[in-house]
Amino acid sequence: MLEVTGVTKYFSGKTAVSNIDLKVADGEFLSILGPSGCGKTTLLRLIAGLEHPNSGKLHLNGHDITHLSAHKRNVHTVFQRYALFPHMTVFDNIAFGLRCKKMDEIEIKKKVCDGLELANLKGQGHRAISTLSGGEQQRVALIRALVNTPSLLLLDEPLGALDLKLRLQLQHELVAIQKRVKTTFVFVTHDQQEALNMSDRVAVMNNSVIEQLGTPNEIYEFPKTYFVASFVGGINRLDGKLRVDDAGRCICDVESLGSFFMEAGESRTNGVQGGLCIRPEKLTIFSRRPSSDNVLEGVIKAQSYLGTHTQFEICLKNGKILNVFQQNTQKLAKKAYHVADKIFLAWQTNQSHFFADSSLS
Amino acid sequence: MKLLSRIGVAAIYIFLFLPMAVLVALSFNSAPRGSAWKGFTFIWYSKLFQNDAIIEALSRSLEIALQATALSAVFGLCLGVAVVRTHGVQRQFLGKLATLPIVLPEIVQGLSLLCFFVWLSLPLGETSVVIAHTAFGTAYVATLVRARLVAMDPLLEEAAADLGAKQSKIFFKITLPQLWPAVISGMLMVFTLSFDDFSVAFFTAGVGATTLPLKIYSMLKFGVSPEVNALSALILCTSLLLVTLAFWNQNHTWRKTVEES
Amino acid sequence: MTRNPQTFRVATFASLAWLWASFLVIAPLFYVIAISFLKRGTYGGIEPVLTLENYTRLADPYLSGTILMTLGRSVWLAFLSTVLCILVGFPLALFLVFKAGRARNALFFLLIIPFWTNFLIRTYAWVVILSDNGWLNSVLESFGLGPEFLHWLFTPKAVLIGMFYNYLPYMAMSLYVSVEKLDVHLLEAAADLGAGPLKRFFKVTLPLSIPGLIAGSIMVFIPALGEFVIPDILGGGTSLFVGNLLAQEFLTVRNWPFGAALSVILILMIGLCLYLFEKVTKGKGEDLIA
Repeated sequence: MLEVTGVTKYFSGKTAVSNIDLKVADGEFLSILGPSGCGKTTLLRLIAGLEHPNSGKLHLNGHDITHLSAHKRNVHTVFQRYALFPHMTVFDNIAFGLRCKKMDEIEIKKKVCDGLELANLKGQGHRAISTLSGGEQQRVALIRALVNTPSLLLLDEPLGALDLKLRLQLQHELVAIQKRVKTTFVFVTHDQQEALNMSDRVAVMNNSVIEQLGTPNEIYEFPKTYFVASFVGGINRLDGKLRVDDAGRCICDVESLGSFFMEAGESRTNGVQGGLCIRPEKLTIFSRRPSSDNVLEGVIKAQSYLGTHTQFEICLKNGKILNVFQQNTQKLAKKAYHVADKIFLAWQTNQSHFFADSSLS
Repeated sequence: MKLLSRIGVAAIYIFLFLPMAVLVALSFNSAPRGSAWKGFTFIWYSKLFQNDAIIEALSRSLEIALQATALSAVFGLCLGVAVVRTHGVQRQFLGKLATLPIVLPEIVQGLSLLCFFVWLSLPLGETSVVIAHTAFGTAYVATLVRARLVAMDPLLEEAAADLGAKQSKIFFKITLPQLWPAVISGMLMVFTLSFDDFSVAFFTAGVGATTLPLKIYSMLKFGVSPEVNALSALILCTSLLLVTLAFWNQNHTWRKTVEES
Repeated sequence: MTRNPQTFRVATFASLAWLWASFLVIAPLFYVIAISFLKRGTYGGIEPVLTLENYTRLADPYLSGTILMTLGRSVWLAFLSTVLCILVGFPLALFLVFKAGRARNALFFLLIIPFWTNFLIRTYAWVVILSDNGWLNSVLESFGLGPEFLHWLFTPKAVLIGMFYNYLPYMAMSLYVSVEKLDVHLLEAAADLGAGPLKRFFKVTLPLSIPGLIAGSIMVFIPALGEFVIPDILGGGTSLFVGNLLAQEFLTVRNWPFGAALSVILILMIGLCLYLFEKVTKGKGEDLIA
């Protein structure tokens, strides 16, 4: 229902967003995830109408809104630092948009009260903004936007200013509210845990482009680029060269460490330079060499016992350090491994990724 | 709409600068009276430089301004520090007193000081003007010092104390250097205010101590010689130059501090 | 509230501060209040005789009329000047903050120039412009309107123009500082929620600018009340306003006790203004002068 086609925006020579294509479905919770400066906030502001694109088009429910000013769009935003009007009460803040629509005051009162109840702020309408806590302010900002029943709700890193516990709590609340009101949410964040946890789909942005758009599962397990793989979750990387043997299998030759089988995906070109990447939880530690296709020898450099799992830093023959997560599936009276132990790492062929250097960011 | 607002703003600025421009233009007008243009001349400027009374008034104004500035700097620094670092009732009182000279109209200040000087049998002359200018100058310096002191990190002084510095050392080596820009700005401000002051000097100068503004006033009142135009034009241009320098300097130092940090 | 380190003895500073305060602020004011209760001497001095006649004179039906009229005129003039300054200064400040872009610094600089140039000269410039054979009339003459078309000099009109001209930069600067502090995000949020440009101004910009408007008004109204130079030069020196009246009583008529009484009235009026101001802003702790 929101269609972004070929949108580009630059500021004094620097490109903020470059040729963005995006389709957001009705009722979906979409996150735009990326590091600072990748253009995600600019993209959000373009959708909100607070900026206008240099080229490209935006369509909302079939209507071309590309050059429509912000106050004419039925799209509302929850701002990063809430932007609540300090000279108005909670009630007046929430009622603001409704009053702009010149709604009847009795109806406004009903809607605002419903909104306050939805946000767990029943009866708090008379309070001054300065007396609200961070979490309360966030909720008021949310309701202020939602109460106008927008076609699309935009959220610009709304949980960034809150402490961890509150963030997690509000993440749940936001998703619950979204499912209840069935409004389409577009949520911008740099926190991948947030994006994975809350969204139906995630768009990973980097350097003004969308590198991948997919479900959280797709993004995590099937990253299309090295950036996506390394930004969302941790990843280990071994530089090497792709080789296709006579049987058609893909092999990555890593200097001084050996050759490893892998599924190369699209880049089945012989001789291409790239990185063999494996997630920390996909590596298994053995005290004796296992009979697996892909084995690496190493020494435990450091380990952190975290109760549910143990994090290891393994030093390989060529000095490279790999991160490994092992879930603690057994009750053990003492640690299974110690620092300086010689161990072996193994992984399944289909659990690794290969990214050619040209696709590196 | 955009064009209309731009025209409006331009009109305001033209309004602000028109009088000064007209004055400067007329100072070169060879007509001794009126505004009709009769030809370009420097004659009023040359007459100006031969006018001893004006030169005397100018030097007197400068003397007074310098003295008042120096005194205001000292007292203003003390007042600014006192307002921030004292407590309770004393602090409130000093705070209010510090703003009084800025808020009260100049005529009230001039009057009250005149009465006071006469009661003390203080002879009216240059000294009385210096004292009167110090009265309000101190308040201006204090305001700037106060703002700067409040914004200063108290940890700097505490760190120095922790490291064993004596009280006087703390002030002179830590606090004062930080306050210096405020004092300098204050001094520039007081100098300008003192040099330009008419209202207060009008009451406190007495007969013998004619400052430049007082001289200009008497020239205005008793026959308008075009020399006044030339003098006004010169003063305007000097002010313009000084303001430009001050602004450029402030911008320059600000940018430098930003770049260095 | 910033911490107040007690790292050096404040006593020395405080004592010098009190020296200045008591000698140059408190004492003169007290003296003025004191002599307002004394009698005028035969030759213009002060007789140490307590009396209320200076104040009762104000209530004297014959004389009070003129004085009340003078006070009323001064208040009216100060009020008009303030309103004019707001009507012109506020849009100017808004333009500078929101629409000026890169030109903002340059325009602000141009704004403060008149602020720093000699006020007497700037006032005199209006004499040159407004006098019967002045610049304005010669310009109008070149447009075909008869010689000496306007007779504005030495009228209240000229005084108003002079006041407005002098106080506009004060108001504009005060408003600029206040508007600059406005959070742009608030305006964006208002637009985002459906408020057009006009609504954004009345519902967000204006309410949040009120402290600045009040501060600017104080900076104009109070000095304007006591103004005597501008009425003197542009108004022809007649005692139309409180300032001129005061100057007259002190320097020409030499009735110091009466002049002192008038000063006290003026100070009380100003005190009232400031009290009202503080009430309205509820002492938000902002330093309005700096």
